[in-house]
Amino acid sequence: MSASRPLHLAAEIGGPPHYYAGHYLALARLAEQGALDFVTLGDSFTRPGLDALAVLSRIAPDTDRIGLVPTVTTTHTEPFHVSSAVATLDWVSGGRAGWNAEVSTTGAEARLFGRRPAAPVTELWQEAGEVADVSARLWDSWEDDAEIRDVATGRFVDRDKLHPVDFEGRTFSVRGPAIVPRPPQGRPVTVIDGTSGPARETAARHADVVYARATTPERAAAIRDDVRRRAAAHGRDPDTLRVLVALTVDLGDAESAPEPGLSSGPQLAGGGSYYRGGPVDLAELITRWHRGGAVDGFHLTPIAPGRDLERIVNGTVALLQHRSLFRTFHPGGTLREHLGLARPASRYALARTGEEA
Amino acid sequence: MSAPKQMHLAAHFPGVNNTTVWADPRSGSQIDFSSFVHLARTAERGTFDFFFLAEGLRLREHNGLIHDLDVVGRPESLTVLNALAAVTDRLGLAATVNATFNEPYELARRLASLDHLSGGRAAWNVVTSSDAFTGENFRRGGFLDRADRYTRAAEFVSTARELWDSWTPDGISRPVTHSGEHFGIAGEFTVPRAPQGHPVVIQAGDSAEGREFAASAADVIFTRHGTLDAGRAFYADVKGRLAAYGRRPEDLKIMPGVSFVLGDTDAEAQQNADEIRRLQVSPQNAILALEQVWGRDLSSYDPDGPLPATDPDPESTLVQGRVRVGDPLAVAAKWRALSEAKGLSIRQTVIETTARQSFIGSPDTVAAGLAEFVAADAADGFILVPHLTPGGLDDFVDRVVPLLRERGVFRSEYTGTTLRSHLGLAEPVWKG
Ligand SMILES: Cc1cc2nc3c(=O)[nH]c(=O)nc-3n(C[C@H](O)[C@H](O)[C@H](O)COP(=O)(O)O)c2cc1C
Repeated sequence: MSASRPLHLAAEIGGPPHYYAGHYLALARLAEQGALDFVTLGDSFTRPGLDALAVLSRIAPDTDRIGLVPTVTTTHTEPFHVSSAVATLDWVSGGRAGWNAEVSTTGAEARLFGRRPAAPVTELWQEAGEVADVSARLWDSWEDDAEIRDVATGRFVDRDKLHPVDFEGRTFSVRGPAIVPRPPQGRPVTVIDGTSGPARETAARHADVVYARATTPERAAAIRDDVRRRAAAHGRDPDTLRVLVALTVDLGDAESAPEPGLSSGPQLAGGGSYYRGGPVDLAELITRWHRGGAVDGFHLTPIAPGRDLERIVNGTVALLQHRSLFRTFHPGGTLREHLGLARPASRYALARTGEEA
Repeated sequence: MSAPKQMHLAAHFPGVNNTTVWADPRSGSQIDFSSFVHLARTAERGTFDFFFLAEGLRLREHNGLIHDLDVVGRPESLTVLNALAAVTDRLGLAATVNATFNEPYELARRLASLDHLSGGRAAWNVVTSSDAFTGENFRRGGFLDRADRYTRAAEFVSTARELWDSWTPDGISRPVTHSGEHFGIAGEFTVPRAPQGHPVVIQAGDSAEGREFAASAADVIFTRHGTLDAGRAFYADVKGRLAAYGRRPEDLKIMPGVSFVLGDTDAEAQQNADEIRRLQVSPQNAILALEQVWGRDLSSYDPDGPLPATDPDPESTLVQGRVRVGDPLAVAAKWRALSEAKGLSIRQTVIETTARQSFIGSPDTVAAGLAEFVAADAADGFILVPHLTPGGLDDFVDRVVPLLRERGVFRSEYTGTTLRSHLGLAEPVWKG
């Protein structure tokens, strides 16, 4: 059964910073040619470079199908602004937005805001979960058909279809409703790296896409099983989650002898996985892990995006497509469609009409 | 004869105010990106200085209920403007962002990012309006007093400038240490010096504190003074405040927000304007406007009947999320006097008193009116607020802009690439 699950592929386009859009646009278009599900752009308040959400918004009108997933941190930001910005990325991209929720753990980040000291990671991920939760509620807070433009009664919106979220978290509260009407995907796609313990629970509860950093298919499968089990415990259908192996790839020396075994590459900090070798061997590895049912796909971070993404798309992806393991075009228009995820109904609409979620 | 003074023009995206006539069959989406593209491209075709987005951070309420009679719902400004940077080349991109519910490091970074991604076209309209009602959506809540909001805004802007100045013009980053009343920041800014040096700073607010803040820190001031006399008084007052900060009158551009109605003749334009007013002030909206002044539930009143005999409640919290303009008792007295003198109903009174159509007439008349304003030092230019989304500027650009160009009071093409260059503002001196 697992072998027939569609393969999902995503790529990071960050690297050494560039301060103009063309660099990122070229990479996103390349990924789009390869029919990848989405591109990501990493960010933190101490990472040199432009705001990731700004960059992906800037390139949205110049791309057509590719999903756009900036890293957005939840620690020193305002949840209300975060949810508005991600919803707006969904509007300007016609339903291709996601966000990779991250936390700011360092004192260096805290000192840029001067509001509170660095907090323990467990607390930060709890807060990130609350931010993901309130964001989803805010995205639901306008029912899809809240705007009525009823000339006869003079009413622009049906206020019964706008809902306060009345969210009380540990570090913040939000009254709602959103100021941004419900975005095209209903809810933009939430991505969380669920490798580490404190993040795993938040990912299982709130993410649509979960990254797993793993050096063996067995380890990846274990994370995937654990995430799915936890999701089910929260009342979620585990099949609404996609677990992608996060792999840093270095395809720089494609002519050299293949090194397909991950263990032969250096270990990255935080137990990350690292692949060095040629594009063909990367395709082999992806095929093997995916066929074994360990994972739903891969999130690839090229060591040098300008060089490696080209090799991924024209080498690895082309081969996977040739073997009919990966699609050759985007059949749908939204990121949720690429991922095979349904557009969620607004929880408030369901509650109001008494339907089952 | 010396060349006439050049005017600056900006386009306000219409929405979330009763300037919009959403019941018009030509009215389109206020949220689809295509609407923003249409208005921005029209403004750029008209060689406008910038495209302007307002902000509201909580849906307005009236008597505890969400206000449902006007357009509601809008995107987050900076995100939309970054996307618009992809479909425009020269047009300035201005975001209204509240200084109370943001932090300087994050916002300075987002603004600098927009400036880089647009090639030097970013602007920030610093507003301070919101209160505890809006604060219920934010971590910091609504605990800032009115006066503190401006001291926070002033420190916010100067802190942002410290961050923008923390990279030398040759690309060397140096750590920032700021320790002030509202902010304590230590660390390095991650974005090199912006193409414009600093994004353009706009201020919208009318109190003495607001004017003083604009005189000390803003490049552009957005006002509501739409009549010639009020405009001249405001202009003289604000320009007169600049010297105290070592600034010259031309360092701060004064741009009132004005609406306009066109017709083939002046009479036709007036007819169109009357029709627009009638649509804006529906019977429901008339009662609502009345309740906004009176601060009381007046839903049982007949919009075609006389004004209430009772006085307004000055302490009322009936209306939330909207700035209350003026002393309600004085406003009510004025409305009563007008209604008695002219025998006007509630709705007619509201139509007369809340009129915002500043320029009504044939394209010739409107062009002449705008030019007169600028020549008379009642403004340096205008932020035009159309009635229709997104086509409300089409006629203006097609019919009025050519006349302004013929008069030699508005550019025929862009001469620079940055918003600062359109506005004739010098690049800020780097203060390392
Ligand atoms: C022309 C104009 C436009 C404004 N637009 C906004 C806006 O879009 N969002 C907002 O929150 N406040 C807006 N304001 C409110 C002002 O920023 C300011 O906070 C408010 O007027 C109170 O300050 P004051 O007493 O100095 O006028 C606007 C004010 C003016 C005069």
